[in-house]
Amino acid sequence: MAEVLVLVDHVDGEVKKVTYELLTAARAVGEPSAVVVGAPGTAGKVKESLASYGAAKVYVAESDDANGYLVTPKVDALSTVAGQASPAAVLVAATSEGKEIAGRLAIRLGGGLLVDAVGVNSDGSVDQSIFGGAFSVKAKAAKGTPVISVRPGGVEAEPAEGAAAEEAVSLPAVDAAKSAKITGVEPVVGGDRPELTEASIVVSGGRGVGSAEKFEVVEKLADALGAAVGASRAAVDSGYYPAQFQVGQTGKTVSPQLYVALGISGAIQHRAGMQTSKTIVAVNKDPEAPIFEIADFGVVGDLFNVAPQLTEEVAKRKG
Amino acid sequence: MTNIVVLVKQVPDTYSERKLSEGDHTLDRESADAVIDEINERSVEEALKIKEAGEGEVTVLCVGPDRATDAIRKALSMGADKAIHVSDESLHGSDMVATAKVIAAALGKTEYDLVIAGNEASDGRGGAIPAMLAELLGLPQLTHARQLTVEGTSIKVDRETEEGLTHLEASLPAVVSVTEKINEPRYPSFKGIMAAKKKPVETLTVADLGVDAGEVGLGNAWSTVLEASPKPPRTAGQRVEDEGDGGSKVAEYLVGQKLI
Repeated sequence: MAEVLVLVDHVDGEVKKVTYELLTAARAVGEPSAVVVGAPGTAGKVKESLASYGAAKVYVAESDDANGYLVTPKVDALSTVAGQASPAAVLVAATSEGKEIAGRLAIRLGGGLLVDAVGVNSDGSVDQSIFGGAFSVKAKAAKGTPVISVRPGGVEAEPAEGAAAEEAVSLPAVDAAKSAKITGVEPVVGGDRPELTEASIVVSGGRGVGSAEKFEVVEKLADALGAAVGASRAAVDSGYYPAQFQVGQTGKTVSPQLYVALGISGAIQHRAGMQTSKTIVAVNKDPEAPIFEIADFGVVGDLFNVAPQLTEEVAKRKG
Repeated sequence: MTNIVVLVKQVPDTYSERKLSEGDHTLDRESADAVIDEINERSVEEALKIKEAGEGEVTVLCVGPDRATDAIRKALSMGADKAIHVSDESLHGSDMVATAKVIAAALGKTEYDLVIAGNEASDGRGGAIPAMLAELLGLPQLTHARQLTVEGTSIKVDRETEEGLTHLEASLPAVVSVTEKINEPRYPSFKGIMAAKKKPVETLTVADLGVDAGEVGLGNAWSTVLEASPKPPRTAGQRVEDEGDGGSKVAEYLVGQKLI
């Protein structure tokens, strides 16, 4: 069976959930091989979890420069492995960085670039959901190796056993004139909440929340559900919540199992970022709010009555 | 002296209904209002700020059909000096790889220290063209910038993504992309709008750029759309009025759906 390369998305050896989704998606096309790029010692930390999602091989590209330059070390590693393994496809996470890695790799390999897939089929074609979920598209690479970025949350991760046989890859030296040097990082401090694009439940607040202080009601429900917190553009523009939590056309696109919209009217801008969620629950005072047109369950009422009651009910059930 | 090329794209307005053509699955440009992509106004603004702080020339580069002239004029009316418009019917249906090659070839025809793009177009949302240009041109990539500083021949960028902040440093020439947070773009003044009409716009074809005609267009793309269809719109489900038990009703629904 042909190999399918999966770039492991991790932070200092802590594997992100999307990696397991990629390994699962890869199994539709061939045998998944994980590619680990990081500082020396990274592979040791991640190997076991990669094996539990079916990685047959683990290519290890470790160097001190791997975290020292933006994007290029990962492209170097993938193109080196692709050169020797002739994979059926290369899969990366459709994050900001992942999309850039995939784009550069497609140029380098002369491969077909398929962006932001929500499904990968056995013939190497992909399903995409574009214009904020308004259109479904099926596409395939016409020439060369398919280089596919897969949307976090697009594919459900399923465990499988893999041998995770290690193979060392030597990274070419970084050409400093052609790369951007990383002089410092400040990771997002998300506290205990899951990352917005990775969360299975998202609770978002809109203009109806009314102030930054009152956003607490959104956060409390999110914490009861183990959810990430999101915000509409109106809420962000009004200064209620930081921009990195914005869901919508100009913010993040999320497709969780459950999306709870509190005081969000549901402008097309916002819907573009969340309408592919599996289940949508909306609470809004205005019975005419367009969010109700796409909600599976809607409550016409004051979010400051409904949300705390729901928080309590959820807490009760969790014991 | 910093000469800057700003990449500009004309896109369907995100507030209008966007569609794909039924025939070849390419963007249906006629069905929606065409506007300069919002993020490109910020790209132009950042270029103008760098120019105003020192010296240099700002060139707008746009690949797109004839009517993309409107997007170019908007950028010129903000204060850019001149423009290059790559317009050629054979480009219709080009994918990201072909588009990157055409832009790289057009950049090869001009002198620049810095290329400034938006981080992601609002229509395709590929988010990779700036990185692909850096790959093709052999230049450092400083993308998703929320802040950038040019000092002599070096550039520093604060990159912001879902991972957090990354501080980057490289030497010019370089490729930069900006995020929504980089600045607030200026409105064109009346004087600016009048002046834009007289600013030079050079129109180039694929042949002018020396790009192989066999690498562009729908038939030569590295990727092919097999099927495309509008998704059936989501339908409204249950709706209740809150009579003091709205929260409990939601909880019951979620239990029924096995979500809690």
